[in-house]
Amino acid sequence: MLRFLVTRVSLIVPTFIGITLLVFVLTRLIPGDPIETMAGERGIDPVQHQRLIHEYGFDQPLFTQYGFYLFRLAHGDLGRSIVTHRPVIEEFASLFPATIELSLCAMLFAIGLGLPAGILAAVRRGSIFDHGVMAASLTGYSMPIFWWGLLLILLFSVLLGWTPVSGRIAVLYYVPSVTGFLLIDSLLSDQAGAFASALSHIVLPAIVLGTVPLAVIARMTRSAMLEVLGEDYIRTARAKGLSGFRIIAVHALRNALIPIVTVIGLQVGVLMTGAILTETIFSWPGVGKWLIEGINRRDYPVLQGGTLLIGGIVMAVNLLVDVAYGLINPRIRHSL
Amino acid sequence: MSKYRLLLAAAIPAMLAAAPVSAKTLVFCSEGSPENFYPGVNTTGTSFDANSQIYSRIVDFERGTTKVVPGLAEKWDISPDGLVYTFHLRHGVKWQSNANFKPTRDFNADDIIFAIERQWKESNPYFKVTSSNHSYFNDMGMMKLLKSVDKVDDYTVKVTLNTPEAPFLSDLAMEYAGIQSKEYADAMLKAGTPEKLDQEPAGTGPFMLVQYQKDAIVRYKAFPEFWGGKAKIDDLVFAITPDASVRWAKLQKGECHVMPYPNPADLDAIRKDANVQVLEQPGLNIGYLAYNTTKKPFDDVRVRKAVNMAINKKAIIDAVYLSTGVAAINPIPPTMWSYNNQIKDDPYDPAAAKKLLAEAGYPNGFETDLWAMPVQRPYNPNAKRIAELMQADLAQVGIKAEIKSFEWGEYRKRAQAGEPQTVQLGWTGDNGDPDNFLHTLLGCAAAQNNGGNLAKWCYKPFDDIVVKAKSVSDQAERTKLYEQAQVIFKEQAPWFTIAHSVQLKPVRKEVVDFKLSPFGRHTFYGVDLK
Amino acid sequence: MTQILSAGTDIEAPPQAFAETWSYFKENRGAVIGLVIIAALVLVGATADLIAPYSPILTNNSAFLKPPFWQAGGSLAHVLGTDAIGRDMLSRLIFGARLSLSIGVAVTALSVLCGTILGLTAGYFRGVTEIVIMRVMDIILTLPSLLLAIVIVAILGPGVVNALLAVSIVLLPSYVRIARAAVITEMAKDYVTAAKVSGVGGIRLMINEVLPNCAAPLIVQATLGISTAILDAAALGFLGLGAQPPTAEWGTMLADAREFVLRAWWVVTLPGIMILITVLAFNLLGDGMRDALDPKLKR
Repeated sequence: MLRFLVTRVSLIVPTFIGITLLVFVLTRLIPGDPIETMAGERGIDPVQHQRLIHEYGFDQPLFTQYGFYLFRLAHGDLGRSIVTHRPVIEEFASLFPATIELSLCAMLFAIGLGLPAGILAAVRRGSIFDHGVMAASLTGYSMPIFWWGLLLILLFSVLLGWTPVSGRIAVLYYVPSVTGFLLIDSLLSDQAGAFASALSHIVLPAIVLGTVPLAVIARMTRSAMLEVLGEDYIRTARAKGLSGFRIIAVHALRNALIPIVTVIGLQVGVLMTGAILTETIFSWPGVGKWLIEGINRRDYPVLQGGTLLIGGIVMAVNLLVDVAYGLINPRIRHSL
Repeated sequence: MSKYRLLLAAAIPAMLAAAPVSAKTLVFCSEGSPENFYPGVNTTGTSFDANSQIYSRIVDFERGTTKVVPGLAEKWDISPDGLVYTFHLRHGVKWQSNANFKPTRDFNADDIIFAIERQWKESNPYFKVTSSNHSYFNDMGMMKLLKSVDKVDDYTVKVTLNTPEAPFLSDLAMEYAGIQSKEYADAMLKAGTPEKLDQEPAGTGPFMLVQYQKDAIVRYKAFPEFWGGKAKIDDLVFAITPDASVRWAKLQKGECHVMPYPNPADLDAIRKDANVQVLEQPGLNIGYLAYNTTKKPFDDVRVRKAVNMAINKKAIIDAVYLSTGVAAINPIPPTMWSYNNQIKDDPYDPAAAKKLLAEAGYPNGFETDLWAMPVQRPYNPNAKRIAELMQADLAQVGIKAEIKSFEWGEYRKRAQAGEPQTVQLGWTGDNGDPDNFLHTLLGCAAAQNNGGNLAKWCYKPFDDIVVKAKSVSDQAERTKLYEQAQVIFKEQAPWFTIAHSVQLKPVRKEVVDFKLSPFGRHTFYGVDLK
Repeated sequence: MTQILSAGTDIEAPPQAFAETWSYFKENRGAVIGLVIIAALVLVGATADLIAPYSPILTNNSAFLKPPFWQAGGSLAHVLGTDAIGRDMLSRLIFGARLSLSIGVAVTALSVLCGTILGLTAGYFRGVTEIVIMRVMDIILTLPSLLLAIVIVAILGPGVVNALLAVSIVLLPSYVRIARAAVITEMAKDYVTAAKVSGVGGIRLMINEVLPNCAAPLIVQATLGISTAILDAAALGFLGLGAQPPTAEWGTMLADAREFVLRAWWVVTLPGIMILITVLAFNLLGDGMRDALDPKLKR
């Protein structure tokens, strides 16, 4: 096991360096530069342009730039945004809680609905409910979420007026940032209604972002449960006269949970992609939107730093999942 | 909805008890996040809007006009040769304070000198802080214009210029010239965190910054000791809402009071809403399609004229601008002095266009590119859609146009380098002078490489007139010259003039005395809520 | 994403007779429905020039944003209404089917081809080659796929072909992994060792022995991959980075229609429904193929 852990962790370092190189090269290959992009119709005096390029170090050979970048990175410095001139890490830190909050709520929605739906579908295999769950989950899995979001806004915000259109909380509330998670901060701020407002704002985006994971989790739960329910020990338990509920809750679910948890872990990467689209549709102030803007404005430091941080997080989560999986299932260790 | 309202209603009294949120909160659904809180390095109206609430300037534009009025300077004298400006500063102007900075003195001449030198002199320790790209300061020609800036006493500053410059005062009233505290700057420099000056701002303006959450909110509080008297509203909130349809939905629901840049498609609905009024004002702008006159086949005026007649302008206005634009005939907007009313637009006439093309030697049309900006601009809500309409029109006369687009910075750079055959762009005026359009966009100087004359159109008779008009001081004579220039422009057709967009601002009825700025900015001092 | 759904397919399936597979397949009602929908879409796409009432780029200056015929203001001249500049929605949707299907197939073909070659190379040569290839795949998997695709399109410039390339690159890793896993499993088997000893060349070995053994999971993955490709390409279109105007592409049409969400539901709803139906059909088909090809589920 130790060997597995060591191998797995040692793979992270080259991957991470690979990411820095790839991201660095890719961002510099994008045509246009941030200074031209910011200049607007009036353009910029070539002399001034040259001076700024020099100041930012963009006139150095790429290798030198990359070297400097790695050096600063090793010191924990991700640079400053060219547009806002604030440190990338600071901007990330101010936006990331919004993304995390949204992702967590989306996962909560997906698990809270997907797990029971999958279990029930497995238990009542072949029933109308089972077919319904399977059909719904396949539809959810096929959903273009950028369209799904628009549709939900149209229905719930515009036609029914149940939910706010965008943002994280009604502007009426001044919620000082303590944790960055508005659902928590609004409770801490002791303003009645603030929490309800934050909650009503997060419902739609969380549903949109949670749709695909929900579908995946429901399907996975169903198939894992079906497999477990077919095992001998379940039949034995049944023969011994244990109640149906007990069998499902205690014996079957515990064993089926292993692959389910793995699948949930693997949804992190999917969530990041979904977050980019969801945040764009709902004007949700998170890192996904920030990165898209970084690309549009050729804000190299933002793009590099942001991608790196997200890549790092995805890698960390994948590692945890792998380790957990390796602990459970020795076979996987060999295929690495 | 009703449930939501109930929750809010229940919340308000509780909030009054819990937090110092007061009755009059004005919410502005702004379109984006400010770059930072130092206007000297800002380039976007969005940033200027966020900053101009915090800072004051030496002089100001009267709200809703282009007239210069006293700001931090109570009065000023200009030497007869127009070279020396002596500003007499206001006494007892208080600085805002924040977590980093508790001011010990009132505003004085040192602050003015700091504000100018920071952008002007590379030796100033703050020259490079945040950014050394003081883009408006440079664009206004201040680097060359300023000779010296001297403190006469604590409340008198003398500015000497190298050459007389009539719009100098207007230049100082622009947002980039916001005044920061030298005391705060020195303290932050000493603490080793100079960038805080630009991130946690303290100005002398009507509102002080309370909270800024990127892409979400900018929250201000009225500064009670503002030299002009406390603002009528207590709190000012910018709810950052990039999507125009969403802004409208929020305005409709009363979640905000004022919104910029409505979606043309929503305007009918907006006008029908009894709780909202739409303020409008013709903008100082032009959107156009430039023909590259140095490239075949657009070096032939007949081809240019033919294309002008082949494109259905009315359809573009109807489909893309809707009621937010008026068809453009001349390169300057109709509200500008010297606008020539006599000029007739080229009619939409595909048959005549075809005939003219045949005369020019292109009976079967030709192939061309058709550039469209990737972004929405104040003078052009959707360049790609306009390009699609033009493309369809051109196909009718046998011209095959391929729509091209690049990243925005790249787009303008390549367009200025003369790469496209036909290219859409536009212009928003700085100071309301026709020279700012006719010479800046169509003169020979700008036709040289990388200049702003995208048609690369250097036509001697036209250029002579606009250059002459620059040196004449009599406005009547200048008017005549510019009117004549517009005649030549229409004959030679270096552009297909698309439209002048109208500045539209949906405002809720409870908002009192909001005024449209001719520069398209948003100022909330003086605005009240019913 | 899709590699999760097909997690069970990495187990090698012995080559089986087409008839047998088909008999399993046709029992699966969902899969057959998927196949029928796809066949219909292919037919529509192929005959777009004949069946579309208008050219997809023909604008009509007197009919901006006309609703579908059953709604007040609509007419049978434009059965599903018109868009912001008076183009016929039905025609654009029909031509969009052609484009979206082509994108899906082209992306998948490209990434299966490249992915298989890379995977076989990695699995056959092992050592440094394998490490480099697999680490690069890891990196691609680590970055959010849409973000990577956006960056690639930003580099290449927006457009259908570039979007197609970007999505292909993003989808590579799953094919590489399948192919590599198959090679490694096969190479360890006795008959391969025997073949090697008797002097059978590497490339022949690959084509004759290894490839047929990873064909089943690859086919399943590819079918499911088409749906991912269509979705991703549409997402790029939605962000304004895919097909450029006036090309009729569903994602681009959606992006264009966003501002009319409050005013003209049909320009927003219809392209989305088309994407959903198409993606759903491919997923149904993919599921059916997996069940038919996966011996584990056969009882």
